[in-house]
Amino acid sequence: MYKIESKDVNLYYGEHHALKNISLQMKANTVTALIGPSGCGKSTYLRLLNRMNDLIENVRIEGTVLIDNKDIYARGIKIDELRKKVGMVFQKPNPFPKTIFENVAYGLRVNGISNKSYIEERVTRSLQNAALWEEVKDKLKKSAFELSGGQQQRLCIARALAIEPSIVLMDEPASALDPISTAKIEELIYELKDKYTIVIVTHNMQQAARVSDRTAFFYIGEVVEYNDTKEIFTNPKNQRTQNYITGRFG
Amino acid sequence: MKKILSYIFGRIITVLLYLSGSVTSIIVVLIVIFLFSEGSGLFGKKPTEEGFIMAVNKTNNVKHLDAEQIKLIFDGEITNWKKVGGRNDSIILFRMDNITDFFTEEQRENPDSVIKLLGENYERLPQCISRVVEANPGIIAFVGKKYIDKNFAGKELKIDKITISDFLFGKLWFPTAHPVAVFGALPLLLGTFWVSIFAILFALPLGLATAIYMAEVAHPTVRNILKPVIELLAGIPSVVYGFFGLVVVVPFIQNTFNLPVGETALAGSIILGIMALPTIITISEDAIRTTPRSMKEASLALGATHWQTIFKVILPYSSSGITAGAILGIGRAIGETMAVLMVTGNAAVIPHTLLEPVRTIPATIAAELGEASQGGLHYEALFTLGCILFIITMIVNLAVEIISSRNKRVAS
Repeated sequence: MYKIESKDVNLYYGEHHALKNISLQMKANTVTALIGPSGCGKSTYLRLLNRMNDLIENVRIEGTVLIDNKDIYARGIKIDELRKKVGMVFQKPNPFPKTIFENVAYGLRVNGISNKSYIEERVTRSLQNAALWEEVKDKLKKSAFELSGGQQQRLCIARALAIEPSIVLMDEPASALDPISTAKIEELIYELKDKYTIVIVTHNMQQAARVSDRTAFFYIGEVVEYNDTKEIFTNPKNQRTQNYITGRFG
Repeated sequence: MKKILSYIFGRIITVLLYLSGSVTSIIVVLIVIFLFSEGSGLFGKKPTEEGFIMAVNKTNNVKHLDAEQIKLIFDGEITNWKKVGGRNDSIILFRMDNITDFFTEEQRENPDSVIKLLGENYERLPQCISRVVEANPGIIAFVGKKYIDKNFAGKELKIDKITISDFLFGKLWFPTAHPVAVFGALPLLLGTFWVSIFAILFALPLGLATAIYMAEVAHPTVRNILKPVIELLAGIPSVVYGFFGLVVVVPFIQNTFNLPVGETALAGSIILGIMALPTIITISEDAIRTTPRSMKEASLALGATHWQTIFKVILPYSSSGITAGAILGIGRAIGETMAVLMVTGNAAVIPHTLLEPVRTIPATIAAELGEASQGGLHYEALFTLGCILFIITMIVNLAVEIISSRNKRVAS
């Protein structure tokens, strides 16, 4: 059984056909990397999984997306419930203009949790899981904006982990960061795999190769090749995949 | 040749721009200097006409009175010297016109004795006044200096000069009262304050709700219709608002609360609130719309509903913009003249409820400047009010400036 499964998904932005017949399956506790040149639809696909695309006007979606075998586009699905299950980390760190503690606690509070000690415990655990605890434990009451970019991004990961999702979507989480912060995030992704199913969009081939179990290569709205990461990088079946990963275009 | 011409042309343009900039600045500075030089003349002056004095009996131990006390004495509201720090004796008012009241009936009945006492051409009036003042221990007399005898048997009572604190905290505004004018601006300050505060209490929730609706809820087509309509509100002349208030709001208040008159602070607040709405809505809406998309997405991605996102992320993020809008709205309310003048009833008394007439500072200036003689005390007092208004609006604008600059810092 698959954790995430999409069948013949088509997505249109008005007239523009952005995703064409995408069928992908992802197993629980794996890391799937989505790679491909800009505008190929990989971010769009990622945002399909927590229905972030709903915010954009004139979007039309066909096909089915199943998470835990449930159609997330079926009628009567509560979007906020879905998003609690499917966390997301964005390209640019986007902490709220609140304290470090409140940033992580936000997801709990909007879920109606008000037990103070419980919130404290979850915040601590999330910061530990995001490998940020040691750096911020003495300044939880300080503004999140005082952190460095890499720390902010790990804070955003901690924030996503606090509501205990089972899936974490990452949209180029390290693209705005320096190499050291990037290494820390990658390490983190590797560790998080035990508990979460991770889908990560990346422009960085090495990153995809390092962190992911499976890789999907997107090209102009289509999935050209989807296979084990090792296979894709050592023995791509498709010529376009090969061209892309060897840096001949993209 | 062409080069030189274009150089000269460029120079002329530069000089013109420089001139217009400096002329504008000079005009603004001159206006402020004019305002303050006219307005500051009031303080340190006696609130009575030149050439008149206040005289009392020699035995009276009261040394000086302030304008408010004199006003109350001559209105018959203070009738005993005890109330103003003197001995227990009732106050007898003396004005030049009623000097004959102090004659005996016999003297009064007989024209000859009146002439004898006052003289053919009132040349004996000074002695007569002196005698009257001497004879009545409780007397207070307001007389011209030229009628004071060399051997005047009474003593001159000092009238307190007008001070800033008298002006700001005085409870009576009677700029044309006789014998002394009373300039207590507290009723006007409170009137302005009440009308503005309640205007904002009424306009802020409504304006904020509209701004949230337009920025976050409304369909783009609805928003595209609504926004120009609301901006149009700002373009309606204030006298039209005043007219609307007079014809619609005032009778409505009068009937609803069963009042003798509908021209009340409440009517002013409602009209001012409506007038402040466009400012509040436009600025708040802009602030709400500048909330970064990434903030909203972050909140939604954590399972927050749209409304939770609005209240927990968008509103806090745009709070400084909303505050700036509210303060600018207050600023407009404080300075507004015409509409308020038309609907508030203009009674310069300290309001106790919203359902009483009040008078604001701008309305006072507009209503009274025409009847104040140039250079007189009343005229100067109105300029002092203008200075106060200027200071208040300057503080308001400074507050907006500070808040929005803080906003910029946070955003960057």
